[in-house]
This record gives sequence, C-alpha cells and structure tokens, in this order.
Amino acid sequence: MKNKSKVFEDIIHGIFLILGLITVGCVLLITVYLIIAGIPAIREIGLFKFLFGKTWASTASPPSYGILPFIMSSIYGTAGAILLGVPVGFFTAVYLAKLAPLKVKKVVETAVKLLAGIPSVVYGLVGMLVLVPSIKKVFNLSDGASLFAAIIVLAIMILPSIISVSMTALESVPKEYEDASLALGATPIETYFRVSVPAAKSGIAASVVLGVGRAIGEAMAVMMVSGNVPNMPSLFQSVRFLTTAVASEMSYSSGLQRQALFSIALVLFLFIMLINVALNFFLKRDKEK
Amino acid sequence: MKKMICYASALIMCLSVFAGCGNSESSSGGTVSTDGSTSMEKVIGALGEDFQAKNAGTSFTYNPTGSGSGITAVSEGRCDIGLSSRKLKDEEKAKGLTETVLAYDGIAIIVNPANNVDDLSLEEISKIYKGEITNWSEVGGNDLDIVLIGREAGSGTRDGFETVTGTEDLCKYRQELTSTGDVITTVGSNENAIGYASLASVKDTVKAVSVDGVFPTEETVKDGSYAVQRPFVLVTKTDKQLSDTAQKFFDYALSEDAKSIIYSAGVVPAKD
Repeated sequence: MKNKSKVFEDIIHGIFLILGLITVGCVLLITVYLIIAGIPAIREIGLFKFLFGKTWASTASPPSYGILPFIMSSIYGTAGAILLGVPVGFFTAVYLAKLAPLKVKKVVETAVKLLAGIPSVVYGLVGMLVLVPSIKKVFNLSDGASLFAAIIVLAIMILPSIISVSMTALESVPKEYEDASLALGATPIETYFRVSVPAAKSGIAASVVLGVGRAIGEAMAVMMVSGNVPNMPSLFQSVRFLTTAVASEMSYSSGLQRQALFSIALVLFLFIMLINVALNFFLKRDKEK
Repeated sequence: MKKMICYASALIMCLSVFAGCGNSESSSGGTVSTDGSTSMEKVIGALGEDFQAKNAGTSFTYNPTGSGSGITAVSEGRCDIGLSSRKLKDEEKAKGLTETVLAYDGIAIIVNPANNVDDLSLEEISKIYKGEITNWSEVGGNDLDIVLIGREAGSGTRDGFETVTGTEDLCKYRQELTSTGDVITTVGSNENAIGYASLASVKDTVKAVSVDGVFPTEETVKDGSYAVQRPFVLVTKTDKQLSDTAQKFFDYALSEDAKSIIYSAGVVPAKD
C-alpha cells in the first residue's frame, strides 16, 4: 500500500516537473529565437546606426532604420505613465489597506480588479473615441493622437497592478508595528506614512516595477491613440513606441525591414529583461530582511 | 501576412493532395504560379483560395515580389501569370507580354463630413500630403490646420496613393494607422483630418471628395476618369499558351463568379 502511494507520488512529481519544464522551454525558445532573428539586421545596419539613428523610413529608397525615436518614445511614455499612475495608485493602496471602511474597500477593490481585466484593445478604443478628441479640444490642437494620450491610457492601465501589489505589501505589515506607533502617541496618518509605508517599501517598489513592465510592453492600446508616426517624442506630437513599431509594420514587411522588426523586438525584450532583474532585486531584498 | 499566405497555400496544397486521393474524378493536379505586386496580395490570395476550393487537386502559388519582378518573372517563364499594379509600358508589351486588367483599385480621398471642401485637384492633394499646404483655407475650406492621416509603411493602399499622387516617401503624416477602418474612424472624428481609403470601404461617417471634379464611384474608376486609381493587371506571354490549369484560373479570375470575391477584397472588377 505504502509502495503504491510512493509510485503515485513519483508520477505526480514527474508530471509537475514536465509542466514546469514546458514553461522554461518556452522562455528559452523565445529568447533564442529572438536573438537569432534579431541579430542579422543589426549586423547589416550597424548597431550604432540602428540604436541611435533618428530616422525610420523602412520602405523608402534608400531605407533608413534608426530606432532612437521608438526607444525614446517608449521611455518617455513609460516614465509619464509612472509619474501619473504611481501617486494615484499608491495613495489608493494606502487608503484601501488602512483607512477605508470595509464596504468602500470591497467596492473599490472590485472596481480595480475589473480594471485589470479589461482587454487592452478596449482601452485603445475608448482612448481613440473619447480621449483623443477631448485632448484635441482641451489643448486646442489640430489632432489629439499624441504621446500625451498614450501616457494617460498607460497610466490607467498600470493602476491595477500598482494598487493590488502595494495593498498586499501594506496589509502584510505586522499590526504590532502600527500598534506600537499609535501607543507612542502618533496619529493614524503619521503611523501609516512613517511606519507602515517604510515597512512595505520594497513591495511598493516592486509594484512600480511591475507597472513599468506593463507600460513598456503594451502595444494595442498605445497603437490606437499615439498616432504611430516615427517622430522623436514630444508631448503633443504623434509618436511610435517600440511595441507598436513591431506590430504596425509586421503584416506587410519583407526582407531587411522584417528582420529589423525582429531586432526591435530584441531590444524590447532586453528592456523587459532589465525590468525583471530589477523586480527580482526588490523582492529579494525584501526577503533578506 | 505574406508568410502566412505562403504557409496557408502550402497547407492547402498538402491538403488538396489528400483531397485528390479521395475524389479522383475531378483532380487534374495542375499548378498555377503567380508572381508580382504585393498590393494585389489580398485579391489574388482570395481568388487563389476560392479557385483551389472549386478545383480539388490543383495548387496555386503566389510570390509577392513587386510589380517589376513579377513582369520579369513572367517574361522569363518563371511563373504562369505575372501580377502588376500598373499598366505595362510599351517596351514591355514589345517584348511579347499581354496585359489583362483584372480589377481597378480606386482610392477615395476622405475628409470629415463637417468639412466644406468638396473637391481637390490631384496637385492640391499632393501638396497637402507633402506638407506644402497646411491649412484648409488654402483650398477653400475653413481656417483650420490640415491633419494628415495615412497608412503604415508597406500597406498597398499607401503605396497606391503615394504612387498616384507622386508623394513617395515625402508624406508628412500626423498619424499612420494600420487599417482602413482606423483611418475612417479617425477621419470621422476629427474635422481637420484628411485620409485615404480603398473605395469599397468608405462609409457615411466620412465624406469622399471629388478629385479634379470627378467623384469616385465604381463607374468613374472603371472608365478611368477618376484619377486616384490604378489597375491590377494579369500579365501573360502573348505567343505562349497558358497551361490548362493556368488558363482555367485566368478564365475563372475574369468570370462572373469571381466578381464578388474581387469586390470583397476592396477593389472594383474590371469586367462587367
């Protein structure tokens, strides 16, 4: 009997191992493929010219493949989204974790979860039909599709991950810390911002990094509101991100153009890798404490 | 997309081999190879698919290389039918090639319905897209900036528009969108915008303007009076008979049955 259950255990172990290896295999496959597909174009164009060229005209003759506008747009767009999204997300998380009455908390939490579940194409569509015309009106521009529109859409899209991860971090701060602070005469607000938030800071940092990852990797919603012209970024000009550069030209591309798109994907992949390393760093630091 | 079609046609080829085993009565097993214009991908892909569905056992290939290489390929005998999105030049005809217009790709110039500009000349359109005219008042409209909406690099519609207006690589786009639907939605929601879209997909939310006084309709595209258009041409050798299967495809593409498929690819069939 005992032997039988041991065999059963082993089989289950084996299955889990295989399933785990499938995931690892996928990651490896994608990495290797991206490197193999991305290197040739960079070699042909030249790394410096590719990364720091300011003009992208893939179908012109002669074509030029400089992706600096995409890199800068992606960085500006993500930074802008963080600048708008993090304060809102952070204070919402503090409120929900510490201050909100149970009923309010439940309602807001549900709303945040819903926000996380909305497909990005819906964000894009609403952005295209509501946000872009309003930006045009409010700022008196000739056209509203711009970096600014993309930043607003991205800021809303990263809210759920910032709120929920920060909230978890804040809620797991031991109650004794706060009790001690309150007993020493600090007001609740002082306690939350001087005791709870510092104690949860690596979790909050992780939430920001997650937000960066989501913002830099988003393609669909950005494509629909940012105008997609490979300009160097400026707030009210139309811009093209790394993600949208790949997505918008892939369908009809051929030859070196297609290879260059893979190279863009490789650059994007490196960015995401960096962000993951940063995320791991914050989470690890949390554990070591 | 091109690769997808290659794969798809490869798959269909494999499948049709099996299908051929099943019902041997209709399988002739011939091949039709086409080579040329990338803009014709949609229409020729749809026709090829339908042709294979109707003629089990035949295989159809399309090699998207561009009009020039397609014409060269057919004159060198590397394919059955060459595909060109421009008319043949006289020297090409002198080399023993024949053109048969399959369809016309009419491109409508669209503006917001609130825009009071109804007519533009081809030259004005070209200047607008090159950024030499930047305000609607210069072409008889209100005092508003012109917002240029276009398609992404590589799009057949963009290629067609820029070729006809002589603005290749010179367009100062404000937005480059990835589908006809997006262009129409964007132009429909911005009274400053001008865009272009294939004639078949123009809807009520936008207003098509006439070019040099000619309003884009199927008739004006067909008779050539509407300027922003180009023919989709099947190129064959004058003195050499097509293979049976290729001839069958050629006839099918120009037949009544193929018309609805050509329409659904967004272009106007040439034959009545």
